[in-house]
Amino acid sequence: MGRTLTEKILARAAGKNAVTPGEIVTATVDLAMFHDSSGPRRVKPRLEELGAKVWDPSKVVVVSDHYVPAVDPESAAILKLTREWVRDQGIAAFYDMQGICHVMLAEGGHLRPGLFCVGGDSHSTMAGAYGCYMAGFGATEMTGVMVTGEIWTRVPATIRVEWDGVFADGVVAKDVMLHLCRTLGMDNAFKAIEYGGTTVRAMSMSERGVLTNMAAELGAESGIIEPDATTLDAIRAAGVAIDDEEARIWRSDPDATYEAVHRFDAAQLVPQVARPHSPANAGPVDEAAGARIDQAYIGACVGAKLTDLHMAARVLKGRKVAKHVRLLVAPSSRATTEAAAKDGTLATLTEAGAILMPTGCGACAGIGAGVLAAGEVCISSTNRNFKGRMGHKDASVYLGSPYTVAASAIEGCVADPRRFLIPREACSAPRAGGGDPSMDQVHASTFRAGVDMDRRFRGELK
Amino acid sequence: MIAGRTWKFGDGIDTDVLAPGMYMKLPLEALATHCLEAIAPRFAAEVRPGDVVVGGASFGIGSSREQAAQALKHLGVGAVLATSFARIFYRNALNLGLPALFFPQANEIQDGEAIEVDPVAGLVRAGGREFRVEPIPAHLMTMIEDGGLMPHLKKKLARG
Ligand code: SF4
Repeated sequence: MGRTLTEKILARAAGKNAVTPGEIVTATVDLAMFHDSSGPRRVKPRLEELGAKVWDPSKVVVVSDHYVPAVDPESAAILKLTREWVRDQGIAAFYDMQGICHVMLAEGGHLRPGLFCVGGDSHSTMAGAYGCYMAGFGATEMTGVMVTGEIWTRVPATIRVEWDGVFADGVVAKDVMLHLCRTLGMDNAFKAIEYGGTTVRAMSMSERGVLTNMAAELGAESGIIEPDATTLDAIRAAGVAIDDEEARIWRSDPDATYEAVHRFDAAQLVPQVARPHSPANAGPVDEAAGARIDQAYIGACVGAKLTDLHMAARVLKGRKVAKHVRLLVAPSSRATTEAAAKDGTLATLTEAGAILMPTGCGACAGIGAGVLAAGEVCISSTNRNFKGRMGHKDASVYLGSPYTVAASAIEGCVADPRRFLIPREACSAPRAGGGDPSMDQVHASTFRAGVDMDRRFRGELK
Repeated sequence: MIAGRTWKFGDGIDTDVLAPGMYMKLPLEALATHCLEAIAPRFAAEVRPGDVVVGGASFGIGSSREQAAQALKHLGVGAVLATSFARIFYRNALNLGLPALFFPQANEIQDGEAIEVDPVAGLVRAGGREFRVEPIPAHLMTMIEDGGLMPHLKKKLARG
């Protein structure tokens, strides 16, 4: 009987030949990640209470991203505790203010197909873009993992989401996810979402990460994408050796059983915006256009990668942010800031009036700089807009792609980005080479190349 | 047996209203005073030990923050009943010893009425009616009987 990729990974991690959805298994953890907010400050006292040590420091990754940079003695103490604990436990993979945890797992070369990973953060699902299984857990369960290296889980049924065809210019992975939040809803607990189709195959790793990141907004256990040549290129680019044969086994069988298969036509999708106070309140940008904003925020693991900054630059080049709007940009990693500085993107953004913020979770978690006052309205490239998420409980947040956030910053109200797209040639941000087009939007030629690459990977083409 | 009054909420009660990010730096006792304030300003001050929170779909959707379940437990909430739970919240609640029960009939419960819940037998009594619900899954019962994941781990470590 055919198995989905998620079932294959869980079977391997549980030491079984096969597992079935609904079955409860105990899985061996290959990688455990947590951050300054969910990690040491909460796990350390529990480990001390138990008199236990970390089962295998080489399998633990710690990232300080939520309380960086410290703004008061409390946040400084959290960061200090994190540093000291990591040192005491002998954990080598520690990123202190280098970037947001989910981005650092990718940049640091920690992900590869077939791994069973756990994270002390709900958007841990993002790692699934690399063909591994990763789900989020709370601090007590993460303590359990630290002690035993194992965790129980109920094998999720897999829902397959297929996108085929080419997006219109100005439509990106974020629009896909907002559309899915509306159509599939947020009540998909204990399910795995597997994304596929020619549109997904043609996406860069950065854009694929948006799909898996926001599987959390669908309420899912995990999001996953079968690896292909694009995946392997990205792993190698992070300095990790991997051979094609090893990766090739981590795919769903052609006769795998899915709980449901949903198919979408990428060409039909228009830019989407989620209205306050839920990602599920999403719809075509028209439904929200004209709503006045005070702040526009380009940040978070999901919405401030280099490709996201390039999208913003493509809209903002030669234009100015509306007088009454503050546009805040918090790049998702130090390397992103460096690359965007080198290729001129940062200059394009700041010339338009953007304020450059430190790398980190910032206002996304309502913890860092850039939070909102009562009554204020923000449009954000982040993933969640629940009441009180980004500051005061009486603030309102709209969600959109970096294109949409940038266009709204210019207009001073929620705006359709398609009117603002300047020709790519006129944009200073160059396209990155290789299989990871720096611009999200897929030209027909890139699209073809992506599909061919995938077929070659599957052995269908020479 | 858990007994108290109900606090009725709708669908999609998220972790940001349960444990607002703005207060996440604070100790649990202080954070808990803001639990649900965005939608039910009286809740934290007036909830009594044994009271039961009743929600709709996707209760606890959002972040992995355990404080969402911890704040409810700290305030004395005896159980959470919902038509469905977000998976991390569900796991966190059970790990902390806060019973979370799938309760398809949540819309038949009134706000503020007397309620009794037996999580082991899978029994809910409210408004003169009795409802059967799925009890806590068997594989979790040993952990819950130990008092949650921490006491469970202690026992496990003591056994070696
Ligand atoms: S950027 Fe936002 S969504 Fe991403 S890890 Fe940080 S707080 Fe979570």
